[in-house]
Amino acid sequence: MPMQAGDIERLIKEAMPDAQVMIEDLRGDGDHYAAMVVSKQFKGKSRVQQHQMVYKALQGNMGDALHALALQTGVPEEVD
Amino acid sequence: MSDNPANERIQQEIDDQAVVLFMKGTPVFPQCGFSAAVVQVLTLLGVQFKGVDVLSDPQIREGIKTFSDWPTIPQLYVKGEFVGGCDIIREMFENGELKQVFADKGVETQEPATA
Repeated sequence: MPMQAGDIERLIKEAMPDAQVMIEDLRGDGDHYAAMVVSKQFKGKSRVQQHQMVYKALQGNMGDALHALALQTGVPEEVD
Repeated sequence: MSDNPANERIQQEIDDQAVVLFMKGTPVFPQCGFSAAVVQVLTLLGVQFKGVDVLSDPQIREGIKTFSDWPTIPQLYVKGEFVGGCDIIREMFENGELKQVFADKGVETQEPATA
């Protein structure tokens, strides 16, 4: 079962309420997404840890219902 | 997670070789675009690595996900440390960080001479 972009965004925001989430449906097939997530909670975390936080927010859907999510994470610039 | 029988085997793999890529398919015949992309990056950097095909080993395929707390494959390990999956490796390759990781860990890279 593919996931809707809105569901992905909702799950991420539930776990990280301050996050800015931008999602792009790469092929228009509801199965290949790219997401950019920017959150203050990423500050001081390694890139692996940042991605792990997003995967946790997705509650096991990553690698399962969600086949392909190209992920980019970052900290808002004003916090640096 | 000592109840996971795959852990010991995974640990053995990443202890034995400096650079290990857990992937779908083999370096010569990757079975997934994300695995192929990481193989390509490592090839471009001229890094010697071992590919572990998770498709041929269901125990490793599931075990690696809990081992690293990372839900997807491929996964790249350098000197026993998990460096990242496809997105991270690509990003680190593009901004030069990956080459630095190999340099810091004493892994030889050999970029092919540009023709």
